[in-house]
Amino acid sequence: MVFAILQRLGQMLFVMFGISALVFLIFFATPGSDPAARIAGRNAAQETVEAVRKEFGFDQPLPIQYGVMMKRLFITQDLASFVNRGLRVVPAVMDAAPVTLSLVAGAAVLWVIGGIFVGVLAALTRDTLIDRGLMVLALIGVSMPVYWLGEVMNLISQSRFHDTIFFSWVPALGYKPLTEDPVGWFKTLVIPWFTLAALYIGIYGRVLRANLVEAYQEDFIRTARAKGLSPARVMLRHALRTSLIPFVTMFGLDFGVLVGGSALLTEVVFGLNGVGRLTYQALLNLDLPMILGTVMYASFFVVIANALVDLVYVVIDPRVRGA
Amino acid sequence: MTDATASAEPLADLPATAPTGSKNRRASSNPWARAWRILKRDRPTLLAAAMLAIIVLSSLCAPLYASYVSGTDPFRSSLSARIMVDGKRVKVMQASTEGLGLGVSPIGPTWGPQYLLGADTQGRDVAARLLYGGRNSLLIAATSTAICLCLAAIVGISAGFFGGWVDKVLSRILDILWAFPVYLLAISLSIVFISQGIVIGPIEIRADSLLLPIFIIGIIYVPYVARPVRGRVLALKESEFVLAARGLGIPAWRILLHDILPNVSTMLIVFVPLMMGLNIIIESSLSFLSIGVQAPDASWGTIIQDGQTLLYSRPAVALAPGIAIVLTVLSLNVLGDSLRDALDPRTKLV
Repeated sequence: MVFAILQRLGQMLFVMFGISALVFLIFFATPGSDPAARIAGRNAAQETVEAVRKEFGFDQPLPIQYGVMMKRLFITQDLASFVNRGLRVVPAVMDAAPVTLSLVAGAAVLWVIGGIFVGVLAALTRDTLIDRGLMVLALIGVSMPVYWLGEVMNLISQSRFHDTIFFSWVPALGYKPLTEDPVGWFKTLVIPWFTLAALYIGIYGRVLRANLVEAYQEDFIRTARAKGLSPARVMLRHALRTSLIPFVTMFGLDFGVLVGGSALLTEVVFGLNGVGRLTYQALLNLDLPMILGTVMYASFFVVIANALVDLVYVVIDPRVRGA
Repeated sequence: MTDATASAEPLADLPATAPTGSKNRRASSNPWARAWRILKRDRPTLLAAAMLAIIVLSSLCAPLYASYVSGTDPFRSSLSARIMVDGKRVKVMQASTEGLGLGVSPIGPTWGPQYLLGADTQGRDVAARLLYGGRNSLLIAATSTAICLCLAAIVGISAGFFGGWVDKVLSRILDILWAFPVYLLAISLSIVFISQGIVIGPIEIRADSLLLPIFIIGIIYVPYVARPVRGRVLALKESEFVLAARGLGIPAWRILLHDILPNVSTMLIVFVPLMMGLNIIIESSLSFLSIGVQAPDASWGTIIQDGQTLLYSRPAVALAPGIAIVLTVLSLNVLGDSLRDALDPRTKLV
């Protein structure tokens, strides 16, 4: 057991190292790229470029540059942005994290409830009009680009129908901290939550329906029905329980990826200064320390989510417990 | 009814129709023929295929539309142009009626041949750009899907079939890419390459080339497809017909070509429409963030981005390409679902 946990930890560290090395290589070792010239700006004099090269340590070998950057990111935590030299990477990420967490957590509540509702209702009304309608809606949810849906939501709630009773409560775009203004926090996030959740309600509803339909063909469901259990009990206690196992796996991974910054399109469209937007801006400015910081933060959540999913799997699925 | 007549006829003239008889039997046992029979009777599938055909054809006709219907160059800004609407000459860039009345705003949808969906901030015809954008979006999605599936097949099959250190190395690399969120990887690669292009020896790919988004989008989903392919190959390796073939002493390459590849290929075919859908969405997202297709070229994503500043005054600019994306991806997803049900019901992406 201890060995298994240690092995798992080692694997997590390896993956995180791999990601940091990959990001470093993408930005420093791609053919034809010179970070010093980039920071110095267009048409900079050769002396300026040289000065920048020396100042930022680009004249040293790549492994040393990588080591120094990692040390300053994780141990001394004083790594500063290349573009805005007063900006420290670690505090900047920590400031952005609550915004992303608020967005993703609220959306996650919506999509879990919505996904289970859609999946169970469609499976119960299988091959009827309700089932077909729900599956078409789910498929539309999966087919919509999230940033476009966000723009449509903005168009409706901020402009076209803002003066009607339905959307007059919607505040201007932006984020209000939960601790300072809980009501404002909620109001600003409702529409982003629904926007982000639409895709996942579609995916989860479809997957859950498929799993439930499959489960209803298994022997243990027939047994449960033969025992005379009520249809609701068969669905909730027997079919849904086994069908939720892949659901949990998907949820863990999606949640991890989104908290890590993949909700950036939603953040960009709704003007939320979260980790995703921070990453995107760092990428646009080619601000390597900030990129490394945010990507390491993202991969940390992905790796943790992977490990948690494996753990939860053992707890909820009796079939893998013996293995 | 048709089955009965078909089987009754060979009895009448047995020797002459023997080839047709054997052909019929092969057709019914061939998975492709069976899938085709299921698909051509399924109404949603046909509807999706028709929708996709319309979208592809109208995108292909973009140059015809631009020269014969809209009559403007959709890649050049025409800020001072005037067009005829309802018998009156109207400026494409009209005096703004909103706010202080300063500045100009592009003409809205005219619902006529010229500027059907209005103009963008540079006075270009949105409808013509939409068709040209569709060409790029579909082209990038199709080619990057081909690249992705080829690479994933190579990686997945070699990891699964050869096992040992090949599998270990490939699986570790896939693990790393797997933990790298798709969007962040796509954006990182796009930003680096689009800011400078790629120069490898004599080959130079310019920064505004369509090849960049094609390759980037082709690479990022490889781990997601390679993993199920590897799993399938591992399962096939233990299957009885492969064990039997090995027992007969058939060389590995023949087993690979004759037993493994056909079984994996149905899976890959099922992935084609689903991957194309994903690729259209990711391409449009990159273009929306202005790191995909570069100006003056258009794609559905770049048009949505052009429409962002006009969102509240001229919403058609951003709405139309979004609807095009939704319709295309929707029909691709419907096709993917029915293709999976018909060909390979066990296949799952991710």
